[in-house]
Amino acid sequence: MGSGVPPYKETGIITVEELKRLGLMPPEERLARGPVAIPECPEEIPCNICVVSCPQHAISIEGIKGLPRIDWDKCVGCGVCVAKCPGLAIFVVDLSKPGEYAYVTVPHEFLPAPKVGDVVDLLSREGKVVGKGEVVKAWETNKTWVVTVRVPKELAMEVRGIWVRK
Amino acid sequence: MPGMPPLKDRRIWEHPILTFKRGRRVKFYFNGNVVEGYEGESIAAALYAAGYDVFSRSPYKGRARGAFCMIGKCSSCFAVVDGVPNTRTCVEPIREGVKVEFQEGLAEIPSATGGLEGKDEEVIEGVDVLVIGGGPAGLAAAIAAAKHGLSVLIVNEHFKLGGQLIKQTHKFFGSKDLFGGLRGFQVAEELESKVRSMRNVRVLLQATAYGFFRDGWVGVAGKDRLYRVKPRFVIAAPGAAERHLAFPGNDLPGVMGAGGAQTLMNEYGILPGDEVLVVGSGNVGVIVSYQLLQAGAKVKGIVEILPYIGAWFVHAAKIRRYGVKVYTRHTIKEVWGKDRVEGATIVRVDEHFKPVPGSETDIPCDLVLIAVGLTPDTRLLAQAGAVVTWVPELGGLVPIRTKYLETSVPGLFIAGDASGIEEATTAMIEGEIAGLSAVVRAGADDAGNAAERREALLKFLWDEYRASPVVAKAKAGKLKVTVSEDEMERIRVSNPPPVRFGS
Ligand SMILES: Cc1cc2nc3c(=O)[nH]c(=O)nc-3n(C[C@H](O)[C@H](O)[C@H](O)COP(=O)(O)OP(=O)(O)OC[C@H]3O[C@@H](n4cnc5c(N)ncnc54)[C@H](O)[C@@H]3O)c2cc1C
Ligand code: SF4
Ligand code: SF4
Ligand code: FES
Repeated sequence: MGSGVPPYKETGIITVEELKRLGLMPPEERLARGPVAIPECPEEIPCNICVVSCPQHAISIEGIKGLPRIDWDKCVGCGVCVAKCPGLAIFVVDLSKPGEYAYVTVPHEFLPAPKVGDVVDLLSREGKVVGKGEVVKAWETNKTWVVTVRVPKELAMEVRGIWVRK
Repeated sequence: MPGMPPLKDRRIWEHPILTFKRGRRVKFYFNGNVVEGYEGESIAAALYAAGYDVFSRSPYKGRARGAFCMIGKCSSCFAVVDGVPNTRTCVEPIREGVKVEFQEGLAEIPSATGGLEGKDEEVIEGVDVLVIGGGPAGLAAAIAAAKHGLSVLIVNEHFKLGGQLIKQTHKFFGSKDLFGGLRGFQVAEELESKVRSMRNVRVLLQATAYGFFRDGWVGVAGKDRLYRVKPRFVIAAPGAAERHLAFPGNDLPGVMGAGGAQTLMNEYGILPGDEVLVVGSGNVGVIVSYQLLQAGAKVKGIVEILPYIGAWFVHAAKIRRYGVKVYTRHTIKEVWGKDRVEGATIVRVDEHFKPVPGSETDIPCDLVLIAVGLTPDTRLLAQAGAVVTWVPELGGLVPIRTKYLETSVPGLFIAGDASGIEEATTAMIEGEIAGLSAVVRAGADDAGNAAERREALLKFLWDEYRASPVVAKAKAGKLKVTVSEDEMERIRVSNPPPVRFGS
């Protein structure tokens, strides 16, 4: 963490550059190949739930407090870790489909429950509504919904939440 | 009646995480008006649900008083219950027909029937371990001791087991074998069912350990009887109290501890307010904000005096995503309203944390939550004669202890928030260490295994868990108060313990 306080502690928002610097962002060529997990978990907190939750054994953490390291080649983008991460800090991004859309998978713990076909507000890391997107997949485990939304490609690294209107 | 708001239903009927299993309907009275609640609710909660949030007036200036902590630690929820004044309504369950009355200032001394005399008495001698407090630390301690064959008595002031865990709806960090990944209330359920399944554990609810006495007797006040307990060992895990801040209007009903609000919305399913300002951006402030959003309230902002958010980043990111604003470099100036909160004024601070005149912002709201940390509840330990010391990193006065969590009173162990504020995961680890320490000291059959397990836990706690940079402050605090066995012996020579256990 160094001596200074990193900017994300001031804002509660992490930038893509910071994620890259910490090695938490998959390389471009991997992103282009298919869905892949992005752990936005920069602080070495005492947690390793993602490690044991991944069916592909793609995640590793040194001891209990290192940063989560994803083996991008093993990760199949299934989203199991999205559901299990207590920090709700893991997202799956799929930039591999031709055309103008990408798919972003986010955790969701609000009512009403999301359904496939819902058109929902797309939220940025700072809670701005940056557009609307259709839910293409939604499943739940222990009350955390894992929701995949279709978003314009240029928003794939921006959308990190959804809001389902009542 | 002064300060009576219009009646409303504040119960939450739909929640994304919780299903509120409400008990039988129970009718009781507030100032002669019939109020309906559900079995299992506290009086304060049931009144709150019906829209009553002022229960008394202060003796001085007659200011309105409501609930603050909701766990029996602050005395702000006093009312007269069946003729007994100064009853903490937040830890008093509702009963059919119970008569609750508004308390005007100082009450008249209650008649003999409301006092302690005439109560039954029970003497409990020969129990191996008395565990004070049934939160995660106490429950883990009881399980560890009982597993190795010791007889255990848990006394818990609250009428429910689980301590602060029962209001945690988020999933816990840590690793799987430490319940990581489960939600807090689910961890509490697991611990409770484990304890209930052990034949050598007895649990007394609504039972408060109130003092240590000569020759190792401990006084416990139960609901309808007094207990005199003479245990071989004591493990104290009474938890912590929420801190408050000084500002004009800080006593208005509607200014509440963050944990108090959590109790209402997550334990009882009662919305504590509609528009909320949270003071303090540590984990507690940020988590409570997220839970308020889940319960359907609007969070108007989080005020933080430091230039950065105190909470772990992953918690902070969760509320920012849903648009909650964090006012860093701001503090609360005052809270206004007549008899209850109607709004708050916040103000920017300079680099010396001094308010900048003219930088005030008014925020209309009906709930202001204080989330500025916890103070270990060490009053009972100090009364027992355990040497305590002031450690800011741990939230206040805490007992000096060995790594096996024994205090300067031999055979009196501590665990959890009362040993210095950390969190539930470490509370459970400390509880288990304390429980195993009693086993080792008692020379139980498989004390060897217990000692081995204890070493493994100590290693994990100090070398792995507390090695994370986000818990560095608590670790530094715990290091300050953990002394060697030799050092502890010296402390005992200069501060002879008034009682001793373990012989
Ligand atoms: C908002 C919030 C969020 C949190 N988030 C997390 C998290 O994400 N992860 C995590 O690990 N931890 C978390 N915690 C912290 C965790 O809940 C506490 O650290 C933990 O509950 C402390 O356990 P304890 O057993 O020491 O005390 P408590 O849980 O406070 O239990 C103490 C018990 O002792 C009883 N008692 C008190 N005095 C007496 C007496 N004299 N006689 C008899 N009984 C008595 C009380 O009634 C209570 O039941 C959070 C806490 C809060 C408030
Ligand atoms: S998305 Fe699936 S495969 Fe990839 S890291 Fe998460 S759990 Fe493992
Ligand atoms: S489970 Fe989530 S919070 Fe825990 S280490 Fe993994 S990414 Fe971080
Ligand atoms: S003692 Fe009841 S609210 Fe604090």
